[in-house]
Amino acid sequence: MAVTKMFGAAVKRREDPRLITGRGNFTDHIRLPGTLVMAIKRSPHAHARIVRIDTSKARAMRGVVAVYTGQDLVDKLAPVPCAWLIPASDLKVPPYRAVAVDKVRYVGDAVAVVVATDRYIAQDAVDAIEVEYEPLPAVVDQEKALEPGAPQLYDEVPNNLAFHWKLHSGDFDAAWDAAEVRISRRLVNHRLIPTAMEPRGALAAYNPGTGELTIWCTSQNPHVHRLLLSAVTGLPETHIRVIATDVGGGFGSKIPMYAGEMIAAAISKDLGRPIKWIETRQENYVATIHGRDHIQYVDIAARRDGTITGVRVRAYASMGAYLSTAAPGVPTWLFGLMLQGPYAIPVVHCDVYGVLTNTTPTDAYRGAGRPEATYLLERMIDLLARELGMDPAEIRRKNFIPKDQFPYTTPTGLTYDSGDYEATLNRALELVDYQNLRREQEELRKQGRYIGIGFSTYVEVCGLAPSQAAGAMGFQGGLWESATVRVHPTGKVTVFTGSNPHGQGEETTFAQLVADELGVPFEDVEIVHGDTEMVPFGMGTYGSRSTAVGGAALVHACRKVKEKAQRIAAHLLEVSPDDLVFENGRFFVKGAPDRGMTFQEVALQAYLAWKLPRDIEPGLEATHFFDPVNNTFPFGCHICVVEVDPETGKVQFRQYVAVDDVGNVINPMIVDGQVHGGITQGLAQAVYEFAAYDENGQLLTGSLMDYAVPKASMLPSFTVDRTVTPTPVNPMGVKGAGETGTIASTPAVVNAVIDALAPFGIDHIDMPLTPERIWRAIRERSR
Amino acid sequence: MQITVTVNGVTYTHDVEPRLLLVHYLRDVLNLTGTHIGCDTSQCGACTVLMNGKAVKSCTIFAVQADGAEITTIEGLARDGQLHPVQEGFWEKHGLQCGYCTPGMIMTAVDFLQRNPNPTEEEIRHAIEGNLCRCTGYQNIVRAIQYAAEKMRSGS
Repeated sequence: MAVTKMFGAAVKRREDPRLITGRGNFTDHIRLPGTLVMAIKRSPHAHARIVRIDTSKARAMRGVVAVYTGQDLVDKLAPVPCAWLIPASDLKVPPYRAVAVDKVRYVGDAVAVVVATDRYIAQDAVDAIEVEYEPLPAVVDQEKALEPGAPQLYDEVPNNLAFHWKLHSGDFDAAWDAAEVRISRRLVNHRLIPTAMEPRGALAAYNPGTGELTIWCTSQNPHVHRLLLSAVTGLPETHIRVIATDVGGGFGSKIPMYAGEMIAAAISKDLGRPIKWIETRQENYVATIHGRDHIQYVDIAARRDGTITGVRVRAYASMGAYLSTAAPGVPTWLFGLMLQGPYAIPVVHCDVYGVLTNTTPTDAYRGAGRPEATYLLERMIDLLARELGMDPAEIRRKNFIPKDQFPYTTPTGLTYDSGDYEATLNRALELVDYQNLRREQEELRKQGRYIGIGFSTYVEVCGLAPSQAAGAMGFQGGLWESATVRVHPTGKVTVFTGSNPHGQGEETTFAQLVADELGVPFEDVEIVHGDTEMVPFGMGTYGSRSTAVGGAALVHACRKVKEKAQRIAAHLLEVSPDDLVFENGRFFVKGAPDRGMTFQEVALQAYLAWKLPRDIEPGLEATHFFDPVNNTFPFGCHICVVEVDPETGKVQFRQYVAVDDVGNVINPMIVDGQVHGGITQGLAQAVYEFAAYDENGQLLTGSLMDYAVPKASMLPSFTVDRTVTPTPVNPMGVKGAGETGTIASTPAVVNAVIDALAPFGIDHIDMPLTPERIWRAIRERSR
Repeated sequence: MQITVTVNGVTYTHDVEPRLLLVHYLRDVLNLTGTHIGCDTSQCGACTVLMNGKAVKSCTIFAVQADGAEITTIEGLARDGQLHPVQEGFWEKHGLQCGYCTPGMIMTAVDFLQRNPNPTEEEIRHAIEGNLCRCTGYQNIVRAIQYAAEKMRSGS
């Protein structure tokens, strides 16, 4: 086995030199001669019939090359696809035209497209297009949308019900009847806007001579985009190249196929010119997917001693006006499968209603279903603790799946790979000095000051996923990952990975893995991703899967390379391969260490091929497609300590501790960074961010002026620690780490605030816990 | 309108529309794409450059307002292949992930440390309020700026 020198090392990132000097390869940086700029005219109405579009003034403007309406594109573009067709749910997928033809269904829905010589003229022309609408009543709330008489978005989707998904395991009615304690609550997991700092865009360059389309695109999964673009444009996969090298954040919002890149591709083919489309932030806010937006009715059955005997959830998921690419699977499988959390709950009942509303479509956003599940469990267990007068740490400990029960089969049919939940709880309690903190809380209450301690113990499902499971869930793809490891004659190594990191650091961590596996210097390894012409088909980066699945593909490919290198070395050294040891990048004969060859020497010989036996091909490279046998299940405990000012409702963060177990860690600096960023987004949902619509479907938080993405001054520093419980699912023992922070933090923060407000008799406030909501809750209680 | 602007030490003269934003002038006319666009309401700070030594949001300045000015963009920060201490700090302390907010964040930090060479953590967090980052949670950005401040104070 190779000496693991680089595994676990906090090496500085390879990505940084170009990014800190302003030389990143983001989509909007690419320049091609003859490029025309595309701009989209979008509906200001949430629901309306398009009566008439007059593009004549726009067409007449100098610098305007073409104007397209939805009707003009009907023959050039198939509808936007939905690629997660959840089974047994009476799923209805309404047609989703890239540019609306007769009806618009959300503010931001595209109605016309301008192509011009520069972005200023394009925007002037967009403003000059006249659209006559017949406004229709709109519905924004998912519960209202199901009521009889509600505005109907589609004739083919009665009551706006796109699906009803069920997961019933065990007899909840019996558990409820036998329960000694019953807690019921309506919880709202509100809508969020992902706000990756780079707005989305595409540069589509169709070559009329070859019939090939090259498209730079802000994508987390370029091959998936290639496949879907092929489906909608009719161009074969062999004639489409998608390039997404530097992408400025995604968080799930750059997974789906959207109208923008489809339209750019179709117009480039139509005009034979490169077409650049980059959305503005305000467009991003209405036309890039939103996250969450769940209303949940939860029942918990329990015993007096705090043991939870069953959980039942009826959830209403707002899908928006269309079903986005991965949307149906997020509030269903990725939510329902985790409804036992880290607890030994034997009975789980879940019904999810997916409802179409006149709002921006929703889809996966960091955590994608698991935050909705964890928030529900962590709020309810706190409510149960309060009901029973139990300490919130102890009630969790009591319900944990014990560490000797792994691998553990959940009532929902998952197998948790490995876990030691108590260890993370104990470490977190130690880090906050829990007993003293409770004493301090008591003392401060006497002084009229209110601090709160909030817990969140979680487990989540990531490192997606066994392809067979993906198929069974209706996902229209596999969830394996690819890697080609190519050794060059000089012994340098290029890795082509199907993963497409956009900030997660795999250009560095993958090189660390290769350096260890092949014993080559870290500097000799190059990681290539993001270009479908160079990389074998890959499923992309999301679901915290790139290291667990992409990294595993890479390690297996390295081992194939090593195995071949060993055979070559053995042949050249005239020994059997079993007589060789591989250490520090060198093959040598057991017992005669001065008889050996370096990896680089073997590589050169593989390419010279002067002395290879007939049964060994020249060259030294290998490809591996890794299909995991299971997901991975990172877990942990977060504790948040806040002080709430009852006069102003303002929440101050005193301390935030995160103890996460993501299995083995390749680069602790990078993992810590993922945790910081993840916590920030979950914390922001708890107290800052809210994608607010008015009842007419106008997005009130339509820009960064109103949508409260946290600034540096709004956040504390986080104390991040870990335990290490490797997973048996991949050779590195690594679980995913990209979403744990977001999943855990939201309830930790809410629980802390509610704990602070306990003396006021408050046991719940819906998020976001703005000062106004807190202030009102206190006032209401004091009447 | 004709404007003459010196960017990273090189003087350019161009005829531009009065409504052309400085950020578009830098990116589209001068091909300096290191300055990024992250919003359209002046909140995010990805477009931050130095104008006559002070940090400004180039999306909120017209190119014609920069007539006669000296601009430093991220591309002009390193000298003779030597990184500025702030750039070095971001690399050492993992102060970036996707890198999109980074040029603007670095330029703001450069300006800030000129004015406050020995800041507290709270002062740093306040100083970068006008620069949004969605990836890092700011913790390592603060560490990066602290690293740079110390390096610059020790005169290296």
